Amino acid sequence: MQTAHSEAAAAATGGGHGQLDFMGALFVFMLATFIGLMVIQRVSRLLHTPLMSLTNAISAIAVVGALIVSAGDGHPGYITALGLVAIFCSTTNIVSGFLITDRMLKMFKKQEKGAK
Amino acid sequence: MSAETLVQLLYLVSTALFILSLRWMSDPETARKGVFSGVAAMTLAVAGTLAGVIATGGTHYWWILGAFALGAAVGYPLAQVPLTAVPQRTALSHAFGGLAAGLVGTAKFFLYFGQRNEAALAPFIVVALVAEVLLGFLTFTGSLLAAGKLQEVKWIPQRPVTYPLQNVSNLALFALALGLGVALVLHPLAPWAPWAFGGISVLSLAFGVLLIIPIGGADMPTVISILNAYAGLSAVAMGFVLNNKLLITAGALDGSSGLILSVIMCKAMNRSFFNVLFGAFGQAQTKAADDEQKVYKADTTESAAQIMEQASLVVIVPGYGMAVAQAQHKVRELYDLLKKRGVTVKFAIHPVAGRMPGHMNVLLAEAEIPYDDLVEMDEINGDMPQADVALIIGANDVVNPAARADKSSPIFGMPIIDADKARTVYAIKRSKNPGFAGIDNELYFLDKTFMLFGDAKAVVGELARKLAGEGGH
Repeated sequence: MQTAHSEAAAAATGGGHGQLDFMGALFVFMLATFIGLMVIQRVSRLLHTPLMSLTNAISAIAVVGALIVSAGDGHPGYITALGLVAIFCSTTNIVSGFLITDRMLKMFKKQEKGAK
Repeated sequence: MSAETLVQLLYLVSTALFILSLRWMSDPETARKGVFSGVAAMTLAVAGTLAGVIATGGTHYWWILGAFALGAAVGYPLAQVPLTAVPQRTALSHAFGGLAAGLVGTAKFFLYFGQRNEAALAPFIVVALVAEVLLGFLTFTGSLLAAGKLQEVKWIPQRPVTYPLQNVSNLALFALALGLGVALVLHPLAPWAPWAFGGISVLSLAFGVLLIIPIGGADMPTVISILNAYAGLSAVAMGFVLNNKLLITAGALDGSSGLILSVIMCKAMNRSFFNVLFGAFGQAQTKAADDEQKVYKADTTESAAQIMEQASLVVIVPGYGMAVAQAQHKVRELYDLLKKRGVTVKFAIHPVAGRMPGHMNVLLAEAEIPYDDLVEMDEINGDMPQADVALIIGANDVVNPAARADKSSPIFGMPIIDADKARTVYAIKRSKNPGFAGIDNELYFLDKTFMLFGDAKAVVGELARKLAGEGGH
């Protein structure tokens, strides 16, 4: 009864979507790292600065965790506050990361044929 | 379809879009599509999370909306900084990322602790929580300090700070943090657990500072990449804590990007990770003081312009000095004038030129120099003996031949751009002081080398004027 209750609490408050599955999580991590390494090895060296600002924005995926923490019902106020600050930080990264990446990428131009 | 299924489906599509986003970065032609795909992925991730939260009875929506709005309000101006400030902005944004991860970890721990939630504080989760907080807070202070160094904030020392037993004391503190972590994993609900957790947080904040103070400007590209990887890994750890596969995947993509960039940067400096983090570079190498009788041959911009005009291939080697002087637009003028006279102009880009990976490419792209003329070090080196002129603009260590020949040089073994193989070398330099690594550069004393002293922007501007003027006659 006790554990059933706390697991329900974890699902509701922690938003641990789905069952806890350590091995599954490790597999996902391993596969995602391999995909990441392979995809990023092919990124043009020209674009390493935009790549970094793009991955900055992507790592702001932490917003997902921040949302789950702040929206939880019945949490002590300071927990919600920590979550809200985390939402603020992540949103800053999402907005500035994507915008500046696009701003930089717009500047990369090929040789125009026959132009001045 | 249950809400849970919907959430997972949205996350699944989001994950695919994140991968595509990075995939499209392989080519400047498709790269902007990558940004759109990233934005779509992030939107789906937030939408999915909100759907899940609503289904499980969330609250505080107005507060959340406020936090989003405030973040957007701060993020927008941060995206408008001049491109020379991109390294600082990137470091600052790593700091935000680290802080977000650290705070979520802290919140989760105290939440579970307050609930006496033994199931949620299983050993695996506590390990992930400790990793998340450690990496998050370390990235936070470390990146703030790096941003401060890059911005040249006055009270932050630019030069590496070293003191006796630095590495030993750092390792001792790390062992202490590790010990606290192990204690926490074994007894997550002990009365002292919040103190142990707080201790780990404080130590992590301190690590960030301690790891970055001994690092000099020339190592910044590597350090920024490593911090990038840490920020990603802290998101992965958060994913383990929340059992959220989207967080794990996106964090792993970020982490592997940081890792690859760090490896490229380390290779380009012929140093190991370990060496960058623990072997403070740039400690005064003052032994060159006794052969100070070596003299520079200075030249006028007028004769430099004449020589360049008659060249068939001019290779421009930009470095951090070009960024500092904001000279890229003047460089573009020079590039246009030379091209008009039928001179082939190429840019030789060293991987660690500037203060972050790819820094030079972005600056030159801003000046609308077509990226086909930006050539990587390995490709340009074969052409260097055919170059009539190598024009070095604010670069130093990346063209120092000592890296090839002088075993006693601190940069020995670092791959360089073979500017010394060009027929004539012109080097624009602000002052007669050695470069960032504090090493004298033999290149400047070769017979074929001529120095143009002055601010890079002013000198290049004058070169352009001389070229344009002669065209009028």
